[in-house]
Amino acid sequence: MDIPNEKLIEMYRGMLRIRHFEDRVKDLFAAGEMPGFVHLYLGEEAIAVGACSALEKDDYITSTHRGHGHILAKGGKMKFMMAELYGKATGYNKGKGGSMHIAWPKLGILGANGIVSGGIPIATGAAFSAKYRKSGQAAVCFFGDGAASEGTFHEAVNIASAFNLPVVYVCENNLYGVGTRQRDVRNIEDIADRGIGYGIPGLVVDGNNVVAVFEVVSEAVARAKNGEGPTLIECKTYRWRTHFEGEPDTYRPPEEVAYWLAREPIAPHRKLLIEQGILKEIEANQIEKDVLAELADAVEFARTSPLPDPETALEGLWA
Amino acid sequence: MREIFYNQALGEALAEELRRDKNVVLWGIDIGPYGGANGVTKGLFDEFGPERIIDMPIAELGYVGLGVGAAATGLRPVIELQFSDWITLPSEMIINQAAKMRYMFGGVLEMPLVIRAPIGAYLSAGAQHSNSFESLFAFVPGIKVVTPSTPYNAKGLLKSAIRDNNTVLFFEHKKLYGVKGEVPEEEYTISLGEAEIIREGSDLTIVTYSYMCQFCLEAAKILEKQGVQVEIVDLRTVDPIDEKMFLDSVKKTHRLLVVQEAWRECSISSEIAAIAAEKALYYLDAPVLRVTAEDVPMPFSPVLEERVLPSVKKIIEAANTVLERKPA
Repeated sequence: MDIPNEKLIEMYRGMLRIRHFEDRVKDLFAAGEMPGFVHLYLGEEAIAVGACSALEKDDYITSTHRGHGHILAKGGKMKFMMAELYGKATGYNKGKGGSMHIAWPKLGILGANGIVSGGIPIATGAAFSAKYRKSGQAAVCFFGDGAASEGTFHEAVNIASAFNLPVVYVCENNLYGVGTRQRDVRNIEDIADRGIGYGIPGLVVDGNNVVAVFEVVSEAVARAKNGEGPTLIECKTYRWRTHFEGEPDTYRPPEEVAYWLAREPIAPHRKLLIEQGILKEIEANQIEKDVLAELADAVEFARTSPLPDPETALEGLWA
Repeated sequence: MREIFYNQALGEALAEELRRDKNVVLWGIDIGPYGGANGVTKGLFDEFGPERIIDMPIAELGYVGLGVGAAATGLRPVIELQFSDWITLPSEMIINQAAKMRYMFGGVLEMPLVIRAPIGAYLSAGAQHSNSFESLFAFVPGIKVVTPSTPYNAKGLLKSAIRDNNTVLFFEHKKLYGVKGEVPEEEYTISLGEAEIIREGSDLTIVTYSYMCQFCLEAAKILEKQGVQVEIVDLRTVDPIDEKMFLDSVKKTHRLLVVQEAWRECSISSEIAAIAAEKALYYLDAPVLRVTAEDVPMPFSPVLEERVLPSVKKIIEAANTVLERKPA
């Protein structure tokens, strides 16, 4: 696939935005600056960026409890996300959502979701809506290996296939659902094989290779928009951190963590861009500086933003 | 005025709203050429075609979830569940997704979703085809719950439900589909959350809804012959509850009986009694009583079902107790 240089550079920037954002959230959360829970996307950056790089602004995504990466990749602004994580009035969702519930339909973001598999029928419904309205949009549904064992997944994928809906199911197989190795509670190696059962293509891709993810999702989105129905794409990856911040890592062998840390997705992409002359070292460094500046502004914005008026807790239930 | 059946009235509401707004789309099980298990969607497939009247696989979680995504992105899905008993299957999509999304996301999207489902017993249909689950959903913030009692109410309320930008659970009663009633030819709607006094009286207020309105009217006729004037408030919408209308009635009659077909514990009747205690206690001359189903799964055998469910006789007995009078 011939990918424009600008796109390849944007993928680099996109992954760095997630990496630094999450790394900072890790520290800020540990420092007690944020309430609630956070689930970090560190190590999986190539999937969100590769997949969202295949989408237009008005295409839909649904995300998960581990959703910061998807929202950033779909065009979310760091400052409104950070403010939401701080529970501030200036956050994307006025402090009512928090880390697990960020939505911004103007960017096609139909919500992160605190319920494992919750986004799967919602993305499918958005795809139905796009097809019904003949809008030319597609929906990408991000979900994990754990969600692929929920009934929600099976019911929604069957319907999407039966009605030929423009949806791409992107399964982020990071091997663990909370503290359980999902291969131990599933009798197939590749979740992608489940596509066969629903009459749709099921593909496996290296989830730590942003270009590979972009290529396979691009083809699936093109098929979706061309009326050829849904695709299931399983991205093999790993989460660097435990399920949520603060959870002790008692369930993963250290050598497994080390294996995957050595396969992190950003450095190889940067190397590729520099080797191919697409990006100079100094330009790559400048991109990273820009990302860090955006992040510093976001933290400052979140810290200095007002808390919501407590009375707003009683507003906004009804349309 | 012309008389039509409850299921026809519902079908007319759907047809009119489908004609009015191209974003209205229907799906469910057997609603296409089959016409729906209760005949509500009869003829719609012919007029509106397979793009708008859609038969789904038997996958309630999946197709209700689809409705959440479609409603969030500009459509107005109206989903039929063949029996309300199965609403337990998609309840994740209703309770954790549809009901919460607008609030949880700070108002950045709306959820114009209607789920229609038949409730009710009195058919020896057994424990899994006789439920009335309206209380479960009235409990959840962000869902409106409608329970029409007549063809007129069914049509007017369904049209309002479809135009509402919130999630509406629309519980139709199985025993009412074949009931006829006056429905005007000209268009009308009934606001969600507005109760109706279906019988005026001065001695006792009965608050009820759905199929039980018929039982209460019958009981009131018998009590009238004994010199008791019963006022009946049909809630029509059980969430939001029209507090003012039933409290005004209680303040007039000073006695309150609540009648519902559903289980008793933590139900609509509990809510009505609580509201009366909070806001009209000093108007009451006697304790509030409730006639409800007994708190057991619905048994199959007709004699057992009859033992469990409300009846006209049980309503009259309870009314006499509230009225502190000896049975006639």
